[in-house]
Amino acid sequence: MSESKSDISIEALRLGDRGEFARLVDAYSGPLYRLALKLLGNAPDAEDALQNTFIKAFQHLDTFEGRSSLSTWLYRIASNEALMLLRKRRPEINIADTTAEEEDERNNDPVQFIDWCCLPEEEYLSAEGRKALEGAVENLPETLRIVFVLRDIEDLSIQETSQVLGLSETAVKTRLLRARLRLREELSSYYGDRLNKRSKE
Amino acid sequence: MSAKEQSLTQCQSLLVFLSDYIDGTLSDELCQEINSHAAECEHCRIVVDTLRKTISLYHECADEQGEIPGEVRSKLFKSLNLQDYLEQ
Repeated sequence: MSESKSDISIEALRLGDRGEFARLVDAYSGPLYRLALKLLGNAPDAEDALQNTFIKAFQHLDTFEGRSSLSTWLYRIASNEALMLLRKRRPEINIADTTAEEEDERNNDPVQFIDWCCLPEEEYLSAEGRKALEGAVENLPETLRIVFVLRDIEDLSIQETSQVLGLSETAVKTRLLRARLRLREELSSYYGDRLNKRSKE
Repeated sequence: MSAKEQSLTQCQSLLVFLSDYIDGTLSDELCQEINSHAAECEHCRIVVDTLRKTISLYHECADEQGEIPGEVRSKLFKSLNLQDYLEQ
């Protein structure tokens, strides 16, 4: 099912080769679906965003200039599609607007100082642990969540993330740090609690 | 400025470098500064260790979740008129 991303022929895609388009869909649908799911939080919306992403990619192949990689270009379309669906729910969401973010600035200084790194390995990714990890990402505001998902889950570089979102690298770095610190706080509550329970057992 | 206030200022000023420190993109000089501070400051050591663990847990989960579910793939291929290529 998984295809290699590196040998997709743009030329063949532009010539309307359906087989090549199918290979493109197989190569990228996994990560793009995961991105949409993390941003939208439910499978039906993520499926819509994924479908629209490939329809738009196919329609606009002639505008792909190769200045960014095919992967970055597809992530950009998928992010826009997911954000469009999010805006239907909450019209005020604006990823590029840093004013709202600054006004909404929460204190990002750490407040949890529990060292939960010594838990047994099976605790971290237990069913409950995974739920805590997913819940913490869902609780991030969209402006931080999208940066975290692209950088730390999809493994894009800072530069690629900034290209996908049309943000400066400085803005990406700032949001990434805020996202990571907030996740650490939430996970410290959950895993700290696990640590306490274990020490009482 | 009291010793406690001074330490707090230092902790806060190191915070902005933590992502680069963990990603391995920080200069040697600043890495050294964070290492020395974390060796003395228990709170900062915990923040660094648990932040690193937080990121690594998400990386681990991401590695396991790369594939699209079969039924989602089928629906997608059909909606894009690619059903002829479903079996490949």
